[in-house]
Amino acid sequence: MEDSANFELSWLPKAPGDFSKQCRSLGSQTAECGAAVRKLAGYRLDTNQLLSLSKAIERVRSEGVSLAPLRPYRLGLISNSTSDFVTGALTATAARHGIDLECIAAGYDQAVQESLDAHSAVNSSAPDGVLIAIDWRGLPILPSPGDSERGVETLRASIAHLRLMATGIRQNTKATCIFQTLAAPPEALFGSLDRLLPGTTRWLIDEINRAIRDLASETEGIVVDIAGAAETVGLANWHSPEQWNIAKLAFSQDYAPLYAEYVCRAISAVRGATRRCLVLDLDNTLWGGVIGDDGVNGIRVAQGDADGEAYLALQSYILALRNRGVVLAVSSKNEDETARSPFREHPDMVLREEHFAIFQANWNDKPTNIRAIAQELSLGLDSFVFVDDNPFERELVRQSLPEVAVPEMPEDPARYARTLAAAGYFESVVFSEEDRKRASYYEGNARRAALQKQVTDLEAYLASLKMEITFQPFNEVGRARIAQLINKSNQFNLTTKRYTESDVARMEADPSYFTLQVRLTDVYGDNGMISVIICRKDSTAEWEIDLWLMSCRVLGRRVENMALRELVGHARRAGVQTLTGAYIPTARNKLVERHYASLGFNQVRGAKDGATLWELDTHVDLPTFPMTVRSLGFPETAMPAGRFF
Amino acid sequence: MQLSEIEPKLTKAFHKVFGDDGIALSPSMTAADVPGWDSLTHIRLLLTVEREFRIRITASEASKLQTVGDLMQLVEAKVA
Repeated sequence: MEDSANFELSWLPKAPGDFSKQCRSLGSQTAECGAAVRKLAGYRLDTNQLLSLSKAIERVRSEGVSLAPLRPYRLGLISNSTSDFVTGALTATAARHGIDLECIAAGYDQAVQESLDAHSAVNSSAPDGVLIAIDWRGLPILPSPGDSERGVETLRASIAHLRLMATGIRQNTKATCIFQTLAAPPEALFGSLDRLLPGTTRWLIDEINRAIRDLASETEGIVVDIAGAAETVGLANWHSPEQWNIAKLAFSQDYAPLYAEYVCRAISAVRGATRRCLVLDLDNTLWGGVIGDDGVNGIRVAQGDADGEAYLALQSYILALRNRGVVLAVSSKNEDETARSPFREHPDMVLREEHFAIFQANWNDKPTNIRAIAQELSLGLDSFVFVDDNPFERELVRQSLPEVAVPEMPEDPARYARTLAAAGYFESVVFSEEDRKRASYYEGNARRAALQKQVTDLEAYLASLKMEITFQPFNEVGRARIAQLINKSNQFNLTTKRYTESDVARMEADPSYFTLQVRLTDVYGDNGMISVIICRKDSTAEWEIDLWLMSCRVLGRRVENMALRELVGHARRAGVQTLTGAYIPTARNKLVERHYASLGFNQVRGAKDGATLWELDTHVDLPTFPMTVRSLGFPETAMPAGRFF
Repeated sequence: MQLSEIEPKLTKAFHKVFGDDGIALSPSMTAADVPGWDSLTHIRLLLTVEREFRIRITASEASKLQTVGDLMQLVEAKVA
């Protein structure tokens, strides 16, 4: 298992290779140090990396560099175990949540003294919150299997112990008490009976965890569900007997990042800094497939199909979020009507149009759309979460709108719902009547928001992708995929001509055709074959573009510009003067209505049924864009006869 | 795992733990030679080595380690 140590933070993007170097150079540019810290904290960091970052934070703090816009929070920490790693992990993780955390830890096993003494390090630091990080070993838990009277006494004594600390803290400070539920040790005495029999360790811990709820409400504190964290990763993983014996570590340090994340989410929620709006992509995020190409009957979102059920599970989870007050919006590259059709027509869809406040289906970049949604809802960008299966879109939003939370999504949609849930973006310490009603305040009328001016710096982003585009003529290897694309592409498809696999095979050998299959790789991996072009060589002077299609997954990446350059290059070398092409409108290809115009073709004439005809002089200068071009398998074109004589 | 792979991997573990890509290992090196190598960092180092090499180091093995050379030998014996 790769990165098994921190796979629980799977929603965060991987840290760059020079992470520790970036930590060391923090503060060299004092401006926007807070934003730089927050960005570094936003990666999937293991315990060592969190400690490197926390050291860097402490260093810049001691140099007097401002960490704004991170908001200061002073956290006292009292514990019955070694907390040195935890304090560093907390400091770094807090920055992920916009908090400039200063952690004041009591000495090892000084929990009670530290909370009662008005002059203790914790109490005299004027903390905003105190984390009572006491695990089961820190409470007077004496098992008395089968003796419920003594069991109840032990329960009372344990809660009294916690209450004593909380009372001391409250008398001496204005801090919020932050309690932890107890993660039970995995060692059973009887086995399953431990759950049932009063007085066993398991029974006592279950009872104490229940009583901690009441203690928190009695002391106006909050609860961090560490038992829940431990159960999520498995109690036998969470508790490491070796680490306890060697260093008195309360849990395996592999989980320090997860522990710190749980605590910091709770602190963040206390301060009301929770996310409020979830913006969703549609194709391959809410259903399998591409609605514009596959149609309502072709997308995978039905019960009885493993893939379809994975998408439905995500939809159900999202609906539950909506019902607890999270506002939903759509941002999808699609025609509006097409994008809405599954919500209206597909019987298995869990989500419906009325669940969404805003519905943005257009061909503009997503950062521009998310800005429009924020404006329309009057919510800050830091209230937003954006979910998209496409790494290109995710990274563009991260770079353009760093305030927006963008989870990494796993390859398999079966894990989508769990990943979104694990990210904990909507952590909350209360659930009020107002929350319950919030979704309806935003009347789910799925309206469209007016787009603001595009401010996204796409070209710089594209240059960072290290795109490599490969052009080849049709061949046997690509044949099946070429035929598949020809028969299912509807949106970016100029003529929507359909050819069979044997048609495609015939074109490979037919000298009256010029063909292109296009593949694209980038830093995120191989996008596979993403475009197909067929030209008919009408004469030595003119080629007619018979078919031009492209996958919408690579829209806005200049692939069509580079494909035209390639095509024009071949045409020129063959002595061709003019390229012609037609746009034949269908119900689904409005996207490419202006395709030839935007590439610099001149319109020759309109034909019947809205079709338009275009031409381009092959000696025109075409712009180039930052990607590596590879041309493979083309025969050396014979120069026009007489050229060299 | 080849013995020749152990040293670079161990070096990488040190870099991760100390957040310093400049550390070069030698068999005679001890905690006194590396700034910040205190008892807690030592524990973090052992945990990181365990994870990198997918091995377990017992408390009694850990207590006998004196030098980086000792650690290399222990790792060699465990992964061999």
